[in-house]
Amino acid sequence: MSRVLPAEGDLHRVIGDGETVPDGEVDGLAVDELLALYRGLVLLRTYDERSLVYHRQGRIGTYAIFWNHEAMQVGSALALERRDWIFPSYRESAIGLLRGMPVSTVLSWWRGHPAGWWNPEEYNVASICVPIATHVPHAVGFAWGSRLKGEDRVAIAYFGDGATSEGAFHEGATFAGALKAPVVLFCNNNQWAISTPVSAQTAAASLADKAVGYGMPGVRVDGADVLAVFEATRDAVERARSGEGPTFIEAVTYRSAPHATADDPSIYIDPARVEEEREHECVGRFERYLTRLGVLPEPRAEEIKEEALELMRDGIAAAEAEAPADRSLVFEHAYADPPAALAADREELERILGS
Amino acid sequence: MSERLLVEAVNDALHVEMERDPSVMVLGEDVGRLGGVFRATAGLRERFGAERCVDTPLAEAGILGTAVGLCMAGWRPVCEMQYDAFSYPALDQLINHVGRYRWRTRGAMSFPLVIRMPYGGGVRAPELHDDSPETYYVHTPGVKVAIPATPADAKGLIAAAIRDPDPVVVLEPKLHYRTAKEEVPDGEHVVPLGQARIAREGTDVTLVAYGAMVLLAERAADVLAVEASCEIVDLRSLKPLDEETLLASVAKTGRAVVVQEAPRVAGFAAEIAAVLAEKAIYDLRGPVLRVTGYDVPYPYWQVEDAYMPSVERVADAVRRLLEA
Repeated sequence: MSRVLPAEGDLHRVIGDGETVPDGEVDGLAVDELLALYRGLVLLRTYDERSLVYHRQGRIGTYAIFWNHEAMQVGSALALERRDWIFPSYRESAIGLLRGMPVSTVLSWWRGHPAGWWNPEEYNVASICVPIATHVPHAVGFAWGSRLKGEDRVAIAYFGDGATSEGAFHEGATFAGALKAPVVLFCNNNQWAISTPVSAQTAAASLADKAVGYGMPGVRVDGADVLAVFEATRDAVERARSGEGPTFIEAVTYRSAPHATADDPSIYIDPARVEEEREHECVGRFERYLTRLGVLPEPRAEEIKEEALELMRDGIAAAEAEAPADRSLVFEHAYADPPAALAADREELERILGS
Repeated sequence: MSERLLVEAVNDALHVEMERDPSVMVLGEDVGRLGGVFRATAGLRERFGAERCVDTPLAEAGILGTAVGLCMAGWRPVCEMQYDAFSYPALDQLINHVGRYRWRTRGAMSFPLVIRMPYGGGVRAPELHDDSPETYYVHTPGVKVAIPATPADAKGLIAAAIRDPDPVVVLEPKLHYRTAKEEVPDGEHVVPLGQARIAREGTDVTLVAYGAMVLLAERAADVLAVEASCEIVDLRSLKPLDEETLLASVAKTGRAVVVQEAPRVAGFAAEIAAVLAEKAIYDLRGPVLRVTGYDVPYPYWQVEDAYMPSVERVADAVRRLLEA
């Protein structure tokens, strides 16, 4: 049943092109689940596109764009159970929306407002990891620790192609293999680490090949094919749950937007290639698939898009309506039981600045 | 009470705390089958099983990073770094996550992990088995640091570290693992973090020390006995710091010499000197002097005694102060 193969060479695809490549299907996926995937894609796409606008309007700060990464995030996150934990990088900043996190929470994070720092236990979504790959061992430790406690919880860690060069990735993957941790290591290979192409990142023929060295299967899927991502992740989660250990998934796409709002890719990227990629972007691909399947009438698609826009309008309004952060928060939360010196610092600052 | 070596007191603390709290687990390199290269974890695997005393792959950042995830799954991991300088690869996790994660969750999640390691020089060991890395840890917000000097404190501070809701680094003076021996309370024994100990009472000068340097200060005080009455403050925990005991001692003696093995520049002795400058300057009858390692890599062991603070150097500092 499992489609997971060691170092599978070809990209796994389900969605056809509507012409010569026929559409496939995922076993056991009903229409309402297909529509849930679509809603997730639209929600994240809308979030990303609106965030770029909000950034330009000065309503959020620097923002890491994930345009055309939605299929990787939605396809994998929806293959998990709610009890499973997600360990996102900054590229997956809004993945919590798929777990019911309010839009305003994520927008607040990008606004530097404390309302954006959520309680991971509320959504089973860990905090956004800003340094590269250092959360991989967290996911491994969480998954392993859960199993030791007899709890049926799988963890998934998201990271990019550049992250596979980091020692933290290597150590996390090594532990995952050695401990047989029920974890999925999900690499969104968008082929660029800011301006560095994956060819300069590694001499490995594919990133999935690295999995062999950790004693786990490495799977390659088309990262713009939400169904392929879903299927691969579902198989990997099944493996993890049944005690067979970790899986490395390499989802391949092409970064068709800047790394972040402060980036200027025109310096290093071929715009023609980006245009080509944008034509095959993941949301439109799945929308056309559903249309061919006859399960997504246009009014329904429009309705879903309008719902997402509405969520965003409410979300930014709520984020902007947050009361200004209290400066005393500077002294909060670093310690459960803070050293006395910190209280003295706080008193001094209050004395100087007044109330 | 039982007479125990310092390393045996460490081992006893781990046994008692693991017995007391089933969520405590030990992980590190060679901690299981071997019982640790210093035998600090001997017997734990047999007593508590291989799942609570885990031999990990040889990867310090992996150990600490995994421990962060273990905390999120409800464990209280005690990570052993095999040697002081072997902990440097784990600084990535320490600085980026261990000290920040609680804050990141706005206090919703706790990371009650412990990092313990043998530290310090004077043991005739190869390079990078001799360092005193405490400053890196103390300088990391969100992280607490304890350094015992005696077997009883080793047991008590490790117990406090394990029970503390925050991440705590415990540096154990390996020089005295098998030379320091004393009566150690049996069963549960906790020395609260942030309480310094007056290791010796005196009136003329305060010697401020921690870890292996406390015993050195005591030897220096013996040598100086006919010239000066030295009070010795054993800090026991660097963060939180017991300023009260420190300031009370200096108010009494009016003089302070701070002893540390680590290189001088921006070391913990500088922090103590700064605290005294800010809060005790009118009590001081002379400058705060530091006796420390030098701003060089820890040297070849044939000349390490020249690098390490010595009785002679501490005595010299005290005499200079008394003459001033």
